[in-house]
Order: sequence, then structure tokens, then C-alpha cells
Amino acid sequence: MEFQIKIKKTLPGFALNVELSSQKEIIGIFGASGSGKSMLLNCISGLIKPDQGKVVINGRTVFDSDKGINLPPKDRRIGYLFQNYALFPHMTISENIAFGLDGLKKIDKNKRVKDLMENFHLKDMDRKYPRQLSGGQQQRVALARALVVEPEILLLDEPFSALDDHLRNHMIREMSESLKEFQGTTLYVTHSIEEAYRLCSRIAILNAGSVEAFDTKRSLFQNPMTLETAKITGCKNLSKSIKLSEHLIEIPDWGIQLQTDKAVKAEEGFAGIRAHHIALAEDTSMENCFPCWIADESETPFRTTLYLKIGTAPHGLDDFHIQWEISHEQREEIREKLLPLMIYIDPKYVITV
Amino acid sequence: MNFDLSPALISIKITLTATVIIFFLGLFTAWWMTNYRGRWQELLDAVLTLPLVLPPTVAGFGILLLIGKNGPIGNFLSLFGVNIIFSWYAAVIAATVVAFPLMYKTSRGAFEQIDPNILNAARTLGASEWKVFWRISVPLAWPGIAAATALAFARSLGEFGATLMVAGSIPGKTQTIPIAIYFATQSGDMRVALIWVSIIFAISLTVISFMNYWNSYQSKMMSGAGRK
Repeated sequence: MEFQIKIKKTLPGFALNVELSSQKEIIGIFGASGSGKSMLLNCISGLIKPDQGKVVINGRTVFDSDKGINLPPKDRRIGYLFQNYALFPHMTISENIAFGLDGLKKIDKNKRVKDLMENFHLKDMDRKYPRQLSGGQQQRVALARALVVEPEILLLDEPFSALDDHLRNHMIREMSESLKEFQGTTLYVTHSIEEAYRLCSRIAILNAGSVEAFDTKRSLFQNPMTLETAKITGCKNLSKSIKLSEHLIEIPDWGIQLQTDKAVKAEEGFAGIRAHHIALAEDTSMENCFPCWIADESETPFRTTLYLKIGTAPHGLDDFHIQWEISHEQREEIREKLLPLMIYIDPKYVITV
Repeated sequence: MNFDLSPALISIKITLTATVIIFFLGLFTAWWMTNYRGRWQELLDAVLTLPLVLPPTVAGFGILLLIGKNGPIGNFLSLFGVNIIFSWYAAVIAATVVAFPLMYKTSRGAFEQIDPNILNAARTLGASEWKVFWRISVPLAWPGIAAATALAFARSLGEFGATLMVAGSIPGKTQTIPIAIYFATQSGDMRVALIWVSIIFAISLTVISFMNYWNSYQSKMMSGAGRK
């Protein structure tokens, strides 16, 4: 294993309990604020000492409570990209990048810094100070500074949260380009599941200090294993369910029975449908077709969300069962139809946890 | 005109020596206390700040107890035939004790303003605590440290009570400007007193305003970057 961590850290009112391992790949660490993401990074980098456990980076044990190993941050060979970039404001760009290269001869040092500045499109900026750079440029400097020491693991702490939308998209592309050259594990911490999905191969979901799920991004979304995972991956329609047979569940709150493709495991659990996985029924005699009334709707620039009540007409705006996300064009088509609408839920999209 | 300039030389010698000692002592203590997160943190800070609020005579009394003929340090030094009480060394100790809290408090405040991520970034880049201190913390806290040094310098220069108690007023040996002012006034020599008052006024004003100008220049250069 390239990277391995198994640590416990208890603080008043919070406990971090994480076990992860990875190859040379980009792992997304996704969680809400307060889920322990930053503390996890600090435990890996040695800025915080875990109560017990083990951290192995590239085959090198940097922390082991049983053997009494606890390397200080300076000896862990970690590239850490901080959320606010944490550039040294009193040093020029080239001094910033060269900071970690103290042992080197001046010629080698200058060459390394120059090469890196070229790679990161920072040419002609060596004499500038961080405050004279744009947010995107500052981030490139921070990444160059972290990579110049040839770290064995790269920790990225919400690197895009300070950028506006347009720049963020651009920087995510640039980042994934830069990371292709990096030969090691990258841990990418974010509170945006979308960013995690775009950059990472596998995603770990952190919830209240524990790993709720850790899987490839595809199966995390297609087949979430826990209720929290389903919620966090953006499943808006979740309700209690009762297993009737291997492939049939009842959802009492919605008053319906649903066929499922995947075998249902728990006798009592939760069923979920993603808001964009609902379709208009073409042939109403099919299974998983239900009459619906529209209770409310809301619009975003490109999508409309309809709030539907299944079975009977709603008594108010808040009286709904499920959310259905469609394009504005589809919304216009539906406007022509008479209520109730017949919707179809494909058995392959039914999530059960 | 027969005007004895020795108080000026003695004051400068004592103040400069004390300022150098306070600078390093205060800086390291401030840095150490910034990172110290133990249970005695508050008490320790109170002890280090105490000379700032105590009457200088109390500080002088304490120093006397330690370095006087019968004090533990005084006793020990007398074994080697050294006697520091009523010498200019005693005046340096008095000035150091009384002005130390200004250096400590002010530079600690400056250290605490530094974004901890910047220090952590340096650590993950392989920097030892020593390198973090000199290459990151001190430069970033420099305006605060400079102000602290100026304050400590001015306070040492003006030190009177504790100095009088432990170093006395030996003309040409331990009589500093503030003490010369006191005794000149006592003996009704208002002309001499006024000259010394003007001199000390000029020195203090020069140092503090130089610090102010330099600080605003520095902060313009840094434009607040790197601070929280």
C-alpha cells in the first residue's frame, strides 16, 4: 500500500476515527465543515498528534503509537496546500518556492525553482510578492512551493473555496493537469461533492469524524451503502421502506410499492430516488408508475424542481412527497398535460440502504 | 560652566545593555509562550507581566533580596569576590526587570497575529522550529517587535525607582539621568535638572517617533499581507 492511515483522536465533543489506504491516486475526502477533514490532514502532516494509530506514507512509518514513532512535520516529506495558500508575504515568489530547498547548492536550487516556475506558468514573476498576484496565480505558487521538495504525499485543503465560480472551473482543470505529473498519493479535501467527483478517482465521505463510505466515485453515487452517503451524494428523495420480497419494497410515507433491480438487503431501511432519475410515464400500465400532483415548484438558471405529491391532490405548498428535477423545456411540455401526471421510476434507479 | 556629563554616558550604557538583553530574552519568551499550551499558561503570563504593574520600588526590593549581600545570588557571587549591588550591573538588572514585560507583551501580541497556516506551511516544507522563528515569525512580526524594542528602550532609559534602590546614586558610577534630575531638583539646582529633563525628553521623543515613522513605512510595504 502506498498510503495507509489508521488513527484515533479524541477531543472534547469530537472524535476522529479514520481508516484509509490508497495507491498512487487522487483520493477525495468529502465532508461538511466540522466533519474532521482538516484535523485529518493535520494528523497526517504531524501538526496534530493522534491519540493512537499508525500513518504510513510511501512505505515509511511516520507515526506509530505502539512503537512510539512520531516524526515532526519537517521530516514527513509532505506537500501541503493550505486553503488560504499560506504564502510567505515577506518573500518574493522565487524565495517562496525555494524555501524548502535549503540543503541544495545555489545553482541546483535556482534551476529547480526556474523549471517549476516555467511549468506552472509563473515565468517573469520571480521578483514579485504574493500580494501582487491574482488568486489563481497565488494558488499556482503555493502548489509549486509544495511540489518543489518532491513530497511523497500531497494534501490539498479546499484549494478552490476562495475562488469565484468562473476561476474555480478553470483552476480545477489546471490542477488536474498539474497533478498528472505528481507521482504519489494526493488527498483532496473538499466540501463540494462536485469538485471531488471531477478531480478524484475514489472518494471517502467523512461524517462526524468517521469514514462513512470509501469507494470509487461511480459506485458511491450509483450504489450508496448508507443513508448518510445517499444524502451526501445529493439524493433528495429518501423515505423509510419495508422489504416485501427480494425485489419489492413498500414506502409507507409515500403510499406506494416499488420494484427494485438490486436485491433488497435490510428488512427495514430507506429507499431513495435521485431527483433527476424520475421520468414521465409513457405506458401507464407498467410497474413503478404513479399518479402525481404538483404542490410547488422552484427554478434555478437551467433546471426546474417540481415538488410532487403521489396519489392524492396536495393541500398546500409544503404538502409533497418527492422532488423532481427537470429542464425548463421539459417543464413546458408538462404544462400542457392534465393532472395527475403519471411518473415512472425505473427499478434500476431505486436506491435501498 | 562646569557641567557633569557622566549621567548621560551611564544612562546610555545601562539602557543599551538592558535593551539588548531584553530584546533577546523578551523575544524568546514571547515566542515560547505563543506556542506553549500548558495549564500554567495564564499564571506564567501574569508573572512575566507583573513588573509592568508593580511599583518599581517593589521590583527593586525583590532584586535587592536576590542580589543583596545576604541574598542567594549575592551570597553566591561574593564567594568569587564579586559584588554587583550598587554597581552599574545592578542598574542593568533593574532596568531589565522593569522593562522586560513591555518587550514580552508587545512582541507576543505580534506573534499571535501571524496566520498559523503560514508557520505550518514552513514546517511541512522541512523547516526546523529555529528556521521558522528567524525566517518567518520574526520578519512577519517585525513591526510589533520593533515597537516593543522602542518601548523597552524608553522604559529602561526612564527607570528610576528600582535603579535607585539597587544601584544607588553614585556620581560617575551609577547616577543615571533620571536620578540626576531627582537629586538636582532636591538640591534646588533647577538649571541642571532642566537640562537633563530636556535631554531625556528629546531622546525619548526621537526614538518613539522614529519607530512610528518606520512602522508605517513597514506596514505599507507589507500591506497587511500574511496577517489574520
